Amino acid sequence: MEVIETAFTPWASLIGGLLIGLGTVLLMAMRGNVLGATGILAGFMTPSSSSDWGWRAVMIAGMLSGPIAILLFTGGFPTIEVPVNRWMMIIGGLIVGIGVTYGSGCTSGHGVCGISRLSPRSITATLTFMLTAGITVYILRHVIGG
Amino acid sequence: MEKLFVYISGLLFGLGVSIGGMANPAKVQNFFDVAGVWDPSLAFVMGGALLVSAPGYWLVFKRGRPVFGSAFNVPTNRKLDARLIGGSAVFGVGWGIAGFCPGASIPVLSTLNPDVLIFTAALIGGILIAKGAMKITAARRDAMQAA
Repeated sequence: MEVIETAFTPWASLIGGLLIGLGTVLLMAMRGNVLGATGILAGFMTPSSSSDWGWRAVMIAGMLSGPIAILLFTGGFPTIEVPVNRWMMIIGGLIVGIGVTYGSGCTSGHGVCGISRLSPRSITATLTFMLTAGITVYILRHVIGG
Repeated sequence: MEKLFVYISGLLFGLGVSIGGMANPAKVQNFFDVAGVWDPSLAFVMGGALLVSAPGYWLVFKRGRPVFGSAFNVPTNRKLDARLIGGSAVFGVGWGIAGFCPGASIPVLSTLNPDVLIFTAALIGGILIAKGAMKITAARRDAMQAA
């Protein structure tokens, strides 16, 4: 794997975070649902009923519109720089899918929604996946790649 | 009306992920690379989100029920079990390898970036594999209890 340096973007990241927070609160206020990407995607693929499928489809349509809105306003899609090869994308994707299903959530569901509810499960999950992500990057870059 | 608000919620999320840099694997990996080319930006995404969602949830829950619905649908399980911790540990490994998490890859599917498409297809594969495995484990447990 290669290393692509990125600039520190505190303002853009803070604004992005505030928008994620707004979307999260809006969904809870209107529909009473947690905005967890894992749960929304899993329920979209294997729905329990047609009414439960509909809102997930609309939610995903909204998510997909985000980058398109950015394209319309700025003339370009958000920056996606990939330092790893396709095999790592496939292996990483499979591992993420298995992990979030057993762990009942990901960065949005546990890291934002769960922590906001002070859920002990989500706080534990978030600390766990941040730690193992950090260890993984360290091993890939400084042990294997170093 | 309800669907419109759900759409806006998704749009805000998709904009936030894109603007915040959460859907840029280089930025995600650099966030975790404290010993190397550390880019602390993503702490601001997480912090910014919580800055709104923590007090926002508190206000919404104080109201008693959602606008379109009779009750909030939030997880009630409070058990810290091996499945939660093991699953989360595995998720972190995958996140570190690919640099994408589910909430980041779904919105940017609309860019048709090949890496995003490949990651998300594998992600869906992983979810289906895990769901299948969970079903088999549950069926075995039921069979053992019945025997």
